[in-house]
Amino acid sequence: MVTTTGEQLNLREAKGWRRTKNRIATVLMVVAFVLVVIPLVFVLITVVARGIKIISWQFLTAQIPPSVAPADVGGIGPAIVGTFQIVGLATVMAVPLGILGAIYLNEYGGRGPLARLIGFMADVMTGVPSIVMGLFIFSIWVLRFQFSGFAGALALGCLMLPVVIRSTDEMLKLVPNPLREGSYALGATKARVTMTVVLPAAVGGIVSGALLAIARAAGETAPLLFTILTVTAVNRNPFSGPNTSIPSQIFVNATSPYPGAQDRAWGAALTLIVIAFVLMLAARFITARFTRYSR
Amino acid sequence: MTQQAGPGIPAGPARPLSERRPLGDRTFQVIALAAGLMVLVILVLIAFSTTQQALPWFKAEGWGIFGKTWNPATQQFGALSFIYGTAVTSAIALIMAVPVSVGIALLLTEVVPYRRARPIVYVIDLLAVVPSVVWGLWGILVFVPWIAKIYAHIASGVAGIPVLDDLFGSPTSGASFFTAGIILAFMITPIVTSLSREVIATVPAIDKEGAYALGATRLEMIQGAVWPHSKGGIVGAVLLGLGRAMGETIAAALVIGSSATITSHLFAPGDSMPAVIANQFPEASGTFRAALIGLGVLLFVFTIIINVIARTIVGRAAEQGSA
Repeated sequence: MVTTTGEQLNLREAKGWRRTKNRIATVLMVVAFVLVVIPLVFVLITVVARGIKIISWQFLTAQIPPSVAPADVGGIGPAIVGTFQIVGLATVMAVPLGILGAIYLNEYGGRGPLARLIGFMADVMTGVPSIVMGLFIFSIWVLRFQFSGFAGALALGCLMLPVVIRSTDEMLKLVPNPLREGSYALGATKARVTMTVVLPAAVGGIVSGALLAIARAAGETAPLLFTILTVTAVNRNPFSGPNTSIPSQIFVNATSPYPGAQDRAWGAALTLIVIAFVLMLAARFITARFTRYSR
Repeated sequence: MTQQAGPGIPAGPARPLSERRPLGDRTFQVIALAAGLMVLVILVLIAFSTTQQALPWFKAEGWGIFGKTWNPATQQFGALSFIYGTAVTSAIALIMAVPVSVGIALLLTEVVPYRRARPIVYVIDLLAVVPSVVWGLWGILVFVPWIAKIYAHIASGVAGIPVLDDLFGSPTSGASFFTAGIILAFMITPIVTSLSREVIATVPAIDKEGAYALGATRLEMIQGAVWPHSKGGIVGAVLLGLGRAMGETIAAALVIGSSATITSHLFAPGDSMPAVIANQFPEASGTFRAALIGLGVLLFVFTIIINVIARTIVGRAAEQGSA
């Protein structure tokens, strides 16, 4: 009979310094996460605590007062209207174009050199700084025509396009090939297969990807600085004349020395964050509820 | 490799049998192609139109665009101090964000079970959703006044010590290179984390199990199996984070201090390329405006180069993982 004598073998865990090192590494990973949570919690608490004091129906709808006005005068109505106009127009332009681009990449281009180039450059384009998009639209549009909500929408649309292409492309890749093959076997054309079989199969993921792109665009300030300027009254026509947006107003008010203006900046920041979170939650809900194929 | 039909690519036999395709079908293909080409068209237009607007600056200054002095009053537009500020703030942001991001990515992939990982992913997503201007607002009204006192303490502590005094000594200001770097670090953490996580997730399970089977601890498994496999991809993720940090405008514009200076003092106010564009563009005209648009051109060129390199590295790493 052979038995291990002396200390018993413990195969579960290493001993001594090796074990300690392993523990230290694990603790450091947790510390890394905590380091990220702290500023996030601080920012959110500050924005909610200082924003909630000023938010009211009047704040959300009233015209923008001069900076010196106390906190209980006026609001950010024009900025909310402007943000919806600009982001809405950008969505109408960028989302269909992005979906079509992704259809080309995935259904037509395949692994061909042109499709690979477009896909690669779409990735690169997501890295173009948003302020460069603002300068681009300023150079190509504003100098020829005028400042307008539409110019801002063009800049945001350029930022959204590659994001929508990439997220849609990912979703189309997940649609199983037998679905396409079955439709072709019934004699359908490629356009028909794409529109009636492939897109509906991926619609959940496409919509949630688009919502995340919209959420990011709604928070962008830099591309709007030189394309829409700021105004204090509602501009109902997004195609003509300067406009304003929630992030633009926060940027203007943040550097103001007047407490009333700063309070309005916090209120606007809370409004902006709520809009972004609602879009993000909607994206999560749609992903959970309507996605048929996932990784 | 190219013969392999991926999940999304219709294999040969799946093509429609009829060679004469209806007009609607061909039209759809052309529209889709046009939409895809928009990406290339926009990128070319960005390069062309902004360069055209910046020409007066390039012509007036020549190589002087990399000069030290930026003074609109005397029509001197040297961009060196802003390039320096962009480099310094991005470096500070990377030094802080990269270890944290890789740590969280390892936590998510190797330590926490899949179910428990989801709340952590939510938190990282939340961080990504906070708009730049909200970071800037919080930065200038809350963070800057608070950290100014800490800077002052550190500066008096290191006074007279050779190297440290040059880096962390006075003059100090709440709005500074270092503050901008910290805020940028918060902002690039989500993207570096999620890309590192994607790369680490491609490490084959068999490598990890092999390491464990040899009696490795988790740390040793990470060093021996995860790290060699994913270091290339993580370098790519870090470069993408660098691209983001370089182009980040509004938060930097609010907390960097807006002062065109080149100094080794990290707690001193400075300026970066995107920040100066955002802050000075409204009052600019003529060569001044051309110079600011020219800064945008330089920024575009830098970020495109970095992104092309990064995407190539990440793409190669991902292909390695799936092969």
